[in-house]
Amino acid sequence: MTATQEPTRQAEIGRDRRRKEDQRLITGRTRWTDNITLPGMLHLAMVRSPYAHARITGIETSAAKASTNVVAVLTGADLGEGQGACINAWPVTTDQVTPAHLPMPTDRVAFAGETVAVVVARSAAEARDAAELVEVDYEELPAALDLKEAAAAHENGGVIAHPDLGTNVSAVWRFDSAEAGTGGDVEAAITEARAGGILIEREYRQQRLIPAFMEPRSVVVDPTGEQITVWSATQIPHILRFALAATTGVPESKIRVIAPDVGGGFGGKLQQTPEEMIAFAVARRLGKPVKFTETRSESLLTAHHGRDQWQRLTLAATSDGRVTGLKVDLLADLGAYVAIVGGGVPVLGAFMFNAIYKFPAYQFQTTNVLTNKTWTDAYRGAGRPEATYAIERLMDELAAEVGVDPLEIREKNWITHEEFPFTTVAGLEYDSGNYEAATARAKEMFGYDALRAEQAERRAAGDRVQLGLGVSTFTEMCGLAPSRVLGSLNYGAGGWEHAEVRMLATGKVEVITGASAHGQGHETAFSQIVADRLGVPFEDVEVLHGDTQISHKGLDTYGSRSLVVGGEALVRAVDKVIEKARPIAAHLLEASADDLEFKHGQFSVKGTDAAMAITEIATAVFAAHNLPDGVEPSIDSEATYDPVNFNYPHGTHLCAVEVDTETGQIKLRKYVCCDDIGVVINPLIVAGQVHGGLVQGIAQALWEEAVYDENGTLVSGSFVDYLLPTAADTISFEIDHTTSPATTNSLGTKGVGEAGTIASTPAVVNAVVDAVRHLGVNDITMPCTPERVWRAINDGSSGGETPEAAMPHFDSAEGDVQ
Amino acid sequence: MIPAAFEYVAPTTVEEALAALAEHGDEAKIIAGGQSLLPVLRMRLNAPEWVIDLGRIESLRGVRDGGDHLVIGAMTTHHDVGQDPLVHEHALLVSKAITHLADAQVRHRGTFGGSLAHADPGGDLGAPALALGSTFVVQGPGGTREVAAGDFFVDLFETAISDDEILVEVRVPKHDGWVASYEKFVRIAHQWPIVAVAATLRMEGDTIAEARIGLTNMGSTPLRASAAEQALVGQPATEEGVAAAAALVVEGTNPPTDLNGTAEYRRHVATVFTRRAVLAAAGRG
Ligand SMILES: Cc1cc2nc3c(=O)[nH]c(=O)nc-3n(C[C@H](O)[C@H](O)[C@H](O)COP(=O)(O)OP(=O)(O)OC[C@H]3O[C@@H](n4cnc5c(N)ncnc54)[C@H](O)[C@@H]3O)c2cc1C
Repeated sequence: MTATQEPTRQAEIGRDRRRKEDQRLITGRTRWTDNITLPGMLHLAMVRSPYAHARITGIETSAAKASTNVVAVLTGADLGEGQGACINAWPVTTDQVTPAHLPMPTDRVAFAGETVAVVVARSAAEARDAAELVEVDYEELPAALDLKEAAAAHENGGVIAHPDLGTNVSAVWRFDSAEAGTGGDVEAAITEARAGGILIEREYRQQRLIPAFMEPRSVVVDPTGEQITVWSATQIPHILRFALAATTGVPESKIRVIAPDVGGGFGGKLQQTPEEMIAFAVARRLGKPVKFTETRSESLLTAHHGRDQWQRLTLAATSDGRVTGLKVDLLADLGAYVAIVGGGVPVLGAFMFNAIYKFPAYQFQTTNVLTNKTWTDAYRGAGRPEATYAIERLMDELAAEVGVDPLEIREKNWITHEEFPFTTVAGLEYDSGNYEAATARAKEMFGYDALRAEQAERRAAGDRVQLGLGVSTFTEMCGLAPSRVLGSLNYGAGGWEHAEVRMLATGKVEVITGASAHGQGHETAFSQIVADRLGVPFEDVEVLHGDTQISHKGLDTYGSRSLVVGGEALVRAVDKVIEKARPIAAHLLEASADDLEFKHGQFSVKGTDAAMAITEIATAVFAAHNLPDGVEPSIDSEATYDPVNFNYPHGTHLCAVEVDTETGQIKLRKYVCCDDIGVVINPLIVAGQVHGGLVQGIAQALWEEAVYDENGTLVSGSFVDYLLPTAADTISFEIDHTTSPATTNSLGTKGVGEAGTIASTPAVVNAVVDAVRHLGVNDITMPCTPERVWRAINDGSSGGETPEAAMPHFDSAEGDVQ
Repeated sequence: MIPAAFEYVAPTTVEEALAALAEHGDEAKIIAGGQSLLPVLRMRLNAPEWVIDLGRIESLRGVRDGGDHLVIGAMTTHHDVGQDPLVHEHALLVSKAITHLADAQVRHRGTFGGSLAHADPGGDLGAPALALGSTFVVQGPGGTREVAAGDFFVDLFETAISDDEILVEVRVPKHDGWVASYEKFVRIAHQWPIVAVAATLRMEGDTIAEARIGLTNMGSTPLRASAAEQALVGQPATEEGVAAAAALVVEGTNPPTDLNGTAEYRRHVATVFTRRAVLAAAGRG
């Protein structure tokens, strides 16, 4: 028992803490899955289909089996039912068409890159060598590749991706505000606008993207212990364990999944992959540990892709630019199989097209389509970037039509800060926000008026290089998700998160979270939260995650949920620790519990200087010599939190680009953003998330695109052709924040993991179009390549299709060089 | 990304390297900086049984003054060529091109000779070497022979070097006092050129007295734009003076169509970039 003065300490929340995990991560003391080596471990290599769609008529494995140090060569038929299945967790409609998805198919491949056989050898090199010797006979089938053609194939006798299904349409999902009672009739609004208002009708393309995380996927399976242990470079260890158990019949209690250090994901590792299932099946069959690590080429080809939509959009407005209705009709390319979230990705966008604007009527429909291409699933933003792009592009078009500044048209239509909480036409309740404040700050940082003046001068002078300004006043829904809402949408799981706090005898604290970090900085941010709330030093908090033996319960990391859902679970677990400690403190301080005050890590007796630190109570509980009667010797606590609402960050992003009208080349000139993400725990981590997010969104606008040729071969299959930007391609961003605390969690936080990506894509494209609008351009297809911009300027088109040919640097032509 | 197994030798003289090449013939590949060969091996687009590494042959490394020309050893890295004061003084165009070539890591491993021997039409060194009228010295079992730049590049990834030969050095005629510019058109920073124009000029006052123009990625080999070169002679280095000549660069080109642009677009960019390269070289860019 100590009597101390009230300690002065700096609040951790809001502090620019360097990430505690980085010292290890950036000095190479990491434990990636591929670094794991076990005694007797065998290595796998996959034999993959070169065809987009083909019948497997024979697999000749004898040469491979005879190759040096090969232990086994197994096909889908060899593994049979034991290989389990890849699940779709979100059948968006009750009659969704979902092709069966075996990790290794037995008779037919449905996309180029699908695994048809696996080679097991004593080294990775020997496995790879032998994989070259497996001969597969294919009977090539016509492939469904073009999204629009595939969507109509059941009506016009076109090619069907899975012939037995008779259609490529997996599901049609619809929301209508009149039917839902959340708004009016969109057709009436359109009719009215056609008669005497403004009608903007557009078709936008969301190109196919590849998440391109830094660490390729890797899996190690050790079947030799009581539990089968699976290490995987995954975002979702808990969901993976569930899926392994549910589809293979191995009891969940016999499976331990560990996500060790994981090098990025962006949604791309939110999957139960065929490779994980194959490794699991092979390890069980052979009784030996196995490892599979994909190559970068395999990663680009077979890890799930993102986006890939056609968006048909109709916006109705009065002649002075007040919006009256919005109708959205999507085609979404699912690829060859319905992935774990799969058709749910466009549905996640369904509630966001109306964005920050007061639309009286709204209708959304998505037609989810199967094709013979790599499957698609969540990619940073998942559904919301698509929605934000569409609406923010349309608002610029509306401004152009009315003849006013794009910010003016937004202001005319957005929800004002006095109107929160606000129930939208899509039925969501936005809890807080202040679009006026974020916009005012962004304009000031940008020097908006001066840049507009410069733009006018350049136009008047007919400069070769024109200036364009792009606006994006985004919001998004994140913090996935209230379980009841997920249930109503037919999603297969809940959206809660779990946390535990263990008070160690020596006064240190272990925190366990079910959110599975893979580069976000949870270790640091969560330590800050606990340090403040529990009044212990930041350094004394250890955050544990990503191992189902330690963190037995959780729903992992995606959808900007870790802080707003997982962080809230943690806050509640900490509060329970304090409440459990209170009667013990009262007992030890010989005071009434009601007279105790908890502050800065200590219980003190009001009006006296008697006090006791929570860490001292932890020690006393460990000894358990002197506890009140009937009180258990533990103050450890856990909490599972189910959010009551989504979480709605917003912000104003402003982008200036210079467009060389002679070549179509685009140069970023300035990018500022003012995001409102509520209370910020660690500004440095937030800046990292914003900067990285911005680059990813800008990359969709300008550079990245996964392109297939007419045979269904991925042409952009290496980083020579899939253009990922580096620091050399970007400029220094200026970021700031306004703060409208979220009202639905204790800390007032909002998600920031996806915000930059969601917001930036339309800001950039709006800027590019703005630069050349006076030359007769009102759209440029993404990515806005120099050639597309040049064509748009010269023929008023949106720039045309991407040629389906790679640069030849590593082409097979090179195989016979000299 | 694991190459097929191969045997590896690292001789210390050109003669030993040639002997190894003679012994293993078709089954062998030379490795210089490995910046093009290794990706090919790792993607298993090629699987030689022998890899002969030139990295330990000191005589192939370095830049020296050869009188009226510079001698650039085949194994001199891009970085070393780019930093070399002799190159800067006598063959400015080469220095300029190297500042745009790949990233620092690649420049520290990739070699001048490896890049030219590889003969990727998107390589940044072919057009400058061609425009400067370089001579390629190759050594085989029968000794050395000289190949003029115009004869060196045969086709996509194909040169006049035969299977039993090694490129040992490149002789670049001195262009003292010539100004130069290398204009490279890319979508992201560290990309092979979609199109690039190498231009070097001898100025007399404000007038172009002589011009050499090389084009990158406008056909299956680097190209020399002779018609444009001639048309530039006697012109003032102004937009108007240069524009008509620049329009001639597309003559005889056969650019590819790929993800980064169509042939038609590449021709347009080549015209624009020739004008810009000439003006930039003349200090008017
Ligand atoms: C990420 C990346 C980006 C790049 N970007 C660019 C770029 O923007 N511009 C550009 O120009 N290049 C670029 N390159 C290629 C780079 O310049 C290479 O260094 C060059 O193409 C090959 O040189 P090397 O020394 O690495 O040769 P290697 O890869 O070792 O060899 C290439 C070929 O030449 C043969 N060879 C090598 N030396 C000799 C010799 N002396 N005699 C006979 N044959 C020989 C080899 O057998 C092989 O076939 C890039 C490479 C990478 C990896």
